[in-house]
Amino acid sequence: MSTAANAGFSLMANLPALQVVVPMVAAPICTFLRFRNGPWAFALLVSAATFWISANLLMQVLGGDVISYEMGGWAPPFGIEYRVDTINAFVLLIVSGVSLIALPYALRSVEREVPRDKHHLFYAAWLLCLCGMLGITITGDAFNIFVFLEISSLSTYMLLASGRDPRALTAAFQYLVLGTLGATFILIGVGLLYIMTGTLNIADLAERLGPVSDTTSVRAAAAFLTVGIALKFALFPAHFWLPNGYAYSPSAVGVFLSATATKVSIYVLLRFQFTVFGDIPAFAELDFATLLLPFAVVAFLVGSTVAIFQTDLKRLLAWSSIAQIGYMVAGIGLGGIDGLTAGIVHLFNHAVTKAALFMAAGAIFLRVGSMHIDKLAGIGKTMPFTTLAFVLAGLSLIGVPTTVGFISKWYLILAALQHGATGYAIAALVLASSLLAVIYVWRVVEVAYFREPATNHEVTEAPLSMLLPLWALTIGCFYFGLETGYSVDIARAAAQSLLGVTP
Amino acid sequence: MMEWLGQFNYYVFAILMTAGVYIAMSRGNLVKKVVGLNIFQASVFLLYISSGKIWGGTAPILGDGLTQPISNPLPHVLILTAIVVGVATTSIGLALIVRIKEAYGTVEEDEIAEAEALYEEELIRAEEAEA
Repeated sequence: MSTAANAGFSLMANLPALQVVVPMVAAPICTFLRFRNGPWAFALLVSAATFWISANLLMQVLGGDVISYEMGGWAPPFGIEYRVDTINAFVLLIVSGVSLIALPYALRSVEREVPRDKHHLFYAAWLLCLCGMLGITITGDAFNIFVFLEISSLSTYMLLASGRDPRALTAAFQYLVLGTLGATFILIGVGLLYIMTGTLNIADLAERLGPVSDTTSVRAAAAFLTVGIALKFALFPAHFWLPNGYAYSPSAVGVFLSATATKVSIYVLLRFQFTVFGDIPAFAELDFATLLLPFAVVAFLVGSTVAIFQTDLKRLLAWSSIAQIGYMVAGIGLGGIDGLTAGIVHLFNHAVTKAALFMAAGAIFLRVGSMHIDKLAGIGKTMPFTTLAFVLAGLSLIGVPTTVGFISKWYLILAALQHGATGYAIAALVLASSLLAVIYVWRVVEVAYFREPATNHEVTEAPLSMLLPLWALTIGCFYFGLETGYSVDIARAAAQSLLGVTP
Repeated sequence: MMEWLGQFNYYVFAILMTAGVYIAMSRGNLVKKVVGLNIFQASVFLLYISSGKIWGGTAPILGDGLTQPISNPLPHVLILTAIVVGVATTSIGLALIVRIKEAYGTVEEDEIAEAEALYEEELIRAEEAEA
């Protein structure tokens, strides 16, 4: 970087800005790289740089410090502040990490599923989407969240529609309508808060809301924000674009989005719920995350049930994603340190698990050419490594002990049990939903291992560029299930900082 | 009565917002959905711009001897960004509609659902023929 040589510019001090600026500037450059694999290699390089930046940021804030970065030297609350604390450093790491690990995988998937003359645009949209999600996460300014939300959403519509399957187009359009409604609701909410307090800085908002908190405008703002954000993370009943969107877009897009997009929106919910409205007594009784709890429970029950009846493997995984979003929101809705820890740690755990599963599905799609479960007969023999990874990650999805999925459900049930009779009911429903997960994962296992492969169709093992990221994530499912020191401790620290409890 | 008039913009905002959401959700024609989204977004522009207005306020220009109250320029600047976002959303929405029309030959939601079902049947038939 040439500017690093200039006097007075410190790379380390400007990391928060670079986190967003690097992928943002890289995206238009990407559109000029029209030679073979050029855009891909460039996107991978940029992704590695953003991952390095977020790892550094997380290291800096792990001690409990908060980095406050003044954009353009304008001090908050008037200037835009980038604020990094434990929770958003954690989400930044998830997003940039998933992008870094999904890109090597994307090479073959995109070659096969995206027309060759669109590759540079595909990777440019990927980088913009990455930039938007990192921006939402890192910014400390409420209006800035809306802007980055739209950057990531607009590029998501492009990514979803970039494949050859026309069914992805209608899903992308449905998402465009819902996503725009959601983002504009957020805009209304932010506008009402601005009208009432005269500030857009999130930390400043939290302070100034106190005196005006018991007004209709602020309650309306909270309602608009909650509904808008819930639309963005596809909480039941606003989920209907998601199955077709993830299933019929290129496999790499499913991997990237399923592991990041909804997580970032859930982070926004946490931010508004706890940092902005957290200290306000008027909201102590009518907590919007608690209002989302019934939807979350329905989401994981319906998601798991519908997943059982899917005949398309990727649609099955997408429906299971709807269920997993339900678990995360349920954790947040139950509240308390354990509930929040469950919700936040599941952001990470589900990102690892579902990315691995979508990678396995995409690798199978590359070789078999179909996602219909009946077509997968005997892939346990023809694609042993991919199928084994799928089954292992599937165990994590179910929540078998020693996997990350178990950790999430353990904390979720711990949190539920603190809530008396309703809590017991929720814990029972979580277990029931996990049993449903056993059924849908078993359906795939049965076809893959206990049926003879079709003889007329030669299927070979997936390429190494797909197997390596897939296995890295699969091992991650177990590594982070046994060594909970990283994910759970960080999630707990994040929960404590959100609730304002000192450890 | 005067209070009602003072809040006139906000009433218009509420009516436009509801109408926009209704059109975007209820119409079967995809182009009309995009129009609905546009109305919805325009209503929010009105909300922001109204909030910056001060009765008797003038343009925010600094200078000696200028003591008149000034309107708040920040919401206007903010909404400029939101207008750009709205334009981008509309263009992507319309681009998707063009591709949907190319793929299915229609922009009506129920007809698209039928065409999609046909497409899936054909896919299954093609796979069976292969097997």
